[in-house]
Amino acid sequence: MGKTLFDKVWDAHVVDTIDNGPQVLYIDQHLIHEVTSPQAFKELEDRSIPIFRPKQIVATADHNTPTLNQHLPVKDALSRNQLQQLSENCSKNGITLYELGHKYNGIVHVMAPELGITQPGMTIVCGDSHTSTHGAFGAIAFGIGTSQVAQVFASQCLLLSKPKSLRVTVNGTLKKGVLPKDVILYIISEIGTNAGTGYFCEYAGDVFKNMSMEGRMTVCNMSIEMGARGGMIAPDETTFSYVKAKEFAPKGEDFEKKAAYWKTLPTDKDAVFDKEYVFDAANIEPMITYGTNPGMGVKITQNIPNLEDASFKKSLAYMGLEGGQSMLDQPINYVFIGSCTNSRIEDFRVAAEYVKGKQKASNVTAWLVPGSKQVEAQIENEGLKAIFEEAGFQLRQPGCSACLAMNDDKIPQGAYCVSTSNRNFEGRQGQGARTLLASPLVAAATAIEGKIIDITQHLN
Amino acid sequence: MEKFVTLRSTAIPLNIENVDTDQIIPARFLKATDKQGFGDNVFRDWRYQKDNSLNNEFILNNPNYSGKILVAGDNFGCGSSREHAAWALTGFGFKVIVSSFFADIFKGNALNNGLLPVQVSKEFLMELFKQLEKNPATLLTVNLKDQTISVYESSLSENFEIDPYKKTCMINGYDDIDFLLSKKEQIEAFEAQKNY
Ligand code: SF4
Repeated sequence: MGKTLFDKVWDAHVVDTIDNGPQVLYIDQHLIHEVTSPQAFKELEDRSIPIFRPKQIVATADHNTPTLNQHLPVKDALSRNQLQQLSENCSKNGITLYELGHKYNGIVHVMAPELGITQPGMTIVCGDSHTSTHGAFGAIAFGIGTSQVAQVFASQCLLLSKPKSLRVTVNGTLKKGVLPKDVILYIISEIGTNAGTGYFCEYAGDVFKNMSMEGRMTVCNMSIEMGARGGMIAPDETTFSYVKAKEFAPKGEDFEKKAAYWKTLPTDKDAVFDKEYVFDAANIEPMITYGTNPGMGVKITQNIPNLEDASFKKSLAYMGLEGGQSMLDQPINYVFIGSCTNSRIEDFRVAAEYVKGKQKASNVTAWLVPGSKQVEAQIENEGLKAIFEEAGFQLRQPGCSACLAMNDDKIPQGAYCVSTSNRNFEGRQGQGARTLLASPLVAAATAIEGKIIDITQHLN
Repeated sequence: MEKFVTLRSTAIPLNIENVDTDQIIPARFLKATDKQGFGDNVFRDWRYQKDNSLNNEFILNNPNYSGKILVAGDNFGCGSSREHAAWALTGFGFKVIVSSFFADIFKGNALNNGLLPVQVSKEFLMELFKQLEKNPATLLTVNLKDQTISVYESSLSENFEIDPYKKTCMINGYDDIDFLLSKKEQIEAFEAQKNY
């Protein structure tokens, strides 16, 4: 029987198999940030265990960083302390850190791919569930807890049981105005938030083949939102040409050798998956969520369903919405374009194209938060900054920002925010904040109109 | 890690589905650099009103319910990978979480912190909720050796699954680091010959 992409990468990294138990999996690249690493560093220190392979770790500061005045000392004492600890831990242990203000600083899942740290065929982990993003390159990439961060520090390995395999195929051509974000929101709304639990997902079919690397990252990013530990897309020419010129990617002959290996990775024709879903691109439309988990999404022109379920009702009560109501014309107070799901240059290009020459509605506060210093520079160099500023949008400095509201970028109690991030949980963007997940195009249009509109009617 | 073999305790029913880690411990409490003190803020935004007064409607504030076991609705622990969620639950005093479904990363984090996730059938879960509603003093027994969960002094009982390796770790209080360090030579040999 043939092997899947996942099988091939996994099997190449198995160090040992315990009888009736998990396997010891070798980790090529470990990414860390300030929030989930301090306790792991401390654990090793307390047990006098050295960091085994510091050169295979890269650190960034992203979750807890301000998005204004990054050149000044961080005001919040607890945040400042956490950032300081990261700096100390990295310098003590010889770990590369792209701290606040560094030209490579950014959200871990934006900065690693754009530097070529993320490569096909790798195993990549990070103490962050959206590590699934890196699967867009045909890597096995997944989030881990802090105990596991300590395990990788100590041994560059993890003890894991091999997950089951799932394939989501989307064939056909996407309609105008339908973005990668809509594709993944559509998939999750169809299969639910735990359809992927216990599985590793491969995305296949025309839609993903024709997608840019940025789009593939958006899709793989949200694999965790359907419960899957990670998602992958087979590496192809799109992948290779993205990786090729990047700072830390292999060069010259080295690259050719690697690429020859990467070409052997796609799933064999006769491989069998434990579970399969197939969708038709023609059924996908711009999406929006109405509830408090990412599976509670509808096509933007559809009404919210009417369910009797207690959890469903609790969710709608929190959102201040009614079963059966339409999402169109819903007034919105905030728009957030950012997060590791949609803060890459392509996302800002899409938004800018729509915004150009228009004015933001007066009832909306619109925050744009680039995923990295590099994206920030691109926004400026491509002239997008001027477009946004003329339209009344506020361009901030890179970081996780309002995606999880650890810093000051919080949505106030009761306010509605159309957000390009990945989670609409209660309080995710601030206590009492109401999050509606959407694509950067829908977000940009909402900012202009001040309410939710049917974007497909506004595209020429 | 603390050892876990059996536990008999009363339980707190949290009959809500899809409880995510942002509810278990909101992000604004993740600024600490150690593992202590998270218990005080478990389910913070459900336990307290906006003005910091207790929310008496929330089950954790109901004086009739207490215990080391949390019985929760389907798909418990979805969302972020923050292990702080497990620290918050153990910090509050929970040793066992019962649900009909656990999110992957949460389950692993719980096991790495001596917090036992017990996955039961939906029917059994509903039965537990019913019993706990009727009688808050209902005692539950969790036996890890036999992999059973039962309602004390009744015939209600169910078996649960656990990875045999993890079971050994929990019973003996071992963690994965000890095991991985014992494999160091093999890991180095792997690095020397890896062919990708
Ligand atoms: S942007 Fe949001 S989801 Fe992404 S790493 Fe940061 S906090 Fe997590």
